[in-house]
Amino acid sequence: MDIGAALREHSYLKDYYWKLVAIDADKYTADVGLHPPAGYFIRAKPGTKTTFPLKTCLFMGGKNKRQRVHNVVIAEEGSDLHIITGCTTPSHAGRGLHLGVSEVYVKKNAHVTFTMVHNWGEEVEVRPRGASLVEAGGSISENYITLTPVKSLQAFPTATLAGEGAVASFNTIMYARRGNIDIGNQTILAAPKTSAESISRVVSTGGEIINRGRMVGKVPEIRAHVECVGLILTEKGRIYSIPELDGWCGGLDMSHEAAVGKISQVELEYLMARGLSTDEATSVIVRGFLDVEIKGLPQALKEEIQKITKLEEIHGGS
Amino acid sequence: MLKIEDLWVSIGDKEVLKGVNMSVGEGETHALFGPNGCGKTTLLSTIAGIPRYKVNEGTIWFKGADITRMPMHERARLGIGIAFQHPPTIRGLKVSDMIKLCNPQANAEKILEDLDFVDFADREVNKGFSGGEVKRSEMVQLLAQEPDFVMLDEPDSGVDLENIKVIGRAINTLTEKDKKPSARKKSGVIITHFGHILDYMSADKAHVMIEGTIVCSGSPKEILEQIKVNGYEGCVGCLCPV
Repeated sequence: MDIGAALREHSYLKDYYWKLVAIDADKYTADVGLHPPAGYFIRAKPGTKTTFPLKTCLFMGGKNKRQRVHNVVIAEEGSDLHIITGCTTPSHAGRGLHLGVSEVYVKKNAHVTFTMVHNWGEEVEVRPRGASLVEAGGSISENYITLTPVKSLQAFPTATLAGEGAVASFNTIMYARRGNIDIGNQTILAAPKTSAESISRVVSTGGEIINRGRMVGKVPEIRAHVECVGLILTEKGRIYSIPELDGWCGGLDMSHEAAVGKISQVELEYLMARGLSTDEATSVIVRGFLDVEIKGLPQALKEEIQKITKLEEIHGGS
Repeated sequence: MLKIEDLWVSIGDKEVLKGVNMSVGEGETHALFGPNGCGKTTLLSTIAGIPRYKVNEGTIWFKGADITRMPMHERARLGIGIAFQHPPTIRGLKVSDMIKLCNPQANAEKILEDLDFVDFADREVNKGFSGGEVKRSEMVQLLAQEPDFVMLDEPDSGVDLENIKVIGRAINTLTEKDKKPSARKKSGVIITHFGHILDYMSADKAHVMIEGTIVCSGSPKEILEQIKVNGYEGCVGCLCPV
């Protein structure tokens, strides 16, 4: 339901609203806080399971618009929730600014999959600010996909694993032809036996991507892994990979893998020895590179990801 | 099937092959012996058409056509197949999809069963594979590809006895050893250091390569025995010229 109406109807919501993301975190959150609430509120009642993903859409309709949303998601104990949010602008929209605050609460033994597909116009600047809190035995899987050009995108959602055995996983797929993307995520592992994984696969054919993955291990017996891997397929383009591991005690297990490069000649030759042309082999390698397992991803989106591998610029067209 | 005439090949500034002559007839399987670094892998890679192996002189004939400058994927489509010694991992590409890429018509189920590789169908190609698994994966791909001329670079290195048997069987299938000699159309070259694989497959002829040239050719068993007794040094002074 609409967050404004929800705030009027459910007094308990004030205990969740602006509790994970600070209203004064930066000028963007402050701007959202200064305006009337807009956005969605989703609550999964205890033990409920959603079979099909809940699809939400953030649509920015006009020129020079500033869209401000504040979303709150609560998955009560033992519930399963799967949300896909598509963000888009029509082709005539031109310049715009999207400010989005998302707060996700995952209660005991609840499981949330939160997938966000950014599909903005080329002149749109995007500043999502997200955070989630996961209680004991709960899990959150956050997926961020950007396939179309955007003027700039900056996001760094945080997951806090506050209860024993909580799990977080971040998957990021980015493709930048132009523009500036500064994206990443951090997980704070604050309870024993929690684990987190952050996997990002980014491709640049001219755009700039800053790719961050941060893990903060606060207590022993936690496991965390960061993978920031990027391919630059054209002469121009930039990928700045920043895996960060911040361990605060002994007895924890944190690791990372980071790589930025071009398509491996050896891999190309291997596939060409099986009869694939250079272009076909390149497509197979890029497709495999972007093939991050994201549960419940709509077929159309999977096809869109596959389409990237057929684009001209990947094969030296521009 | 394959004829190599006075082949000189370099990698970067280093000349590795220095005038190789070799001929493999239809239905024949040849073994290639030689010490480390003598140029065996270079020869196979050059025949496959890997670009960093630069042909300075000589000609490679395949099925009567000069393929010396042909791009590698065209050679593969013409019927040349190769099993790599150290193949790369292909992230995100499943073994079952790789089989389809090699040959969309291949009977993937049967091939995977024959190589005891069914459990690997959904695994990414070569990711986390042991030595024996890598070799079996290469065989799976070649059996799908069905090349007329197959090249195998040390299919028995780092492989236990159980795997050697399976791989030997696959090589015999690839080279049509189940058919009588006159009916065989497929040919191959196999590099082996210790000849273990030859206990499980048959080779018609063997060559010894030393410092980029073939110094001796003859019966695989006899040559292997000589190498075991006299080492490759013995081949240098051998009285059986090519």
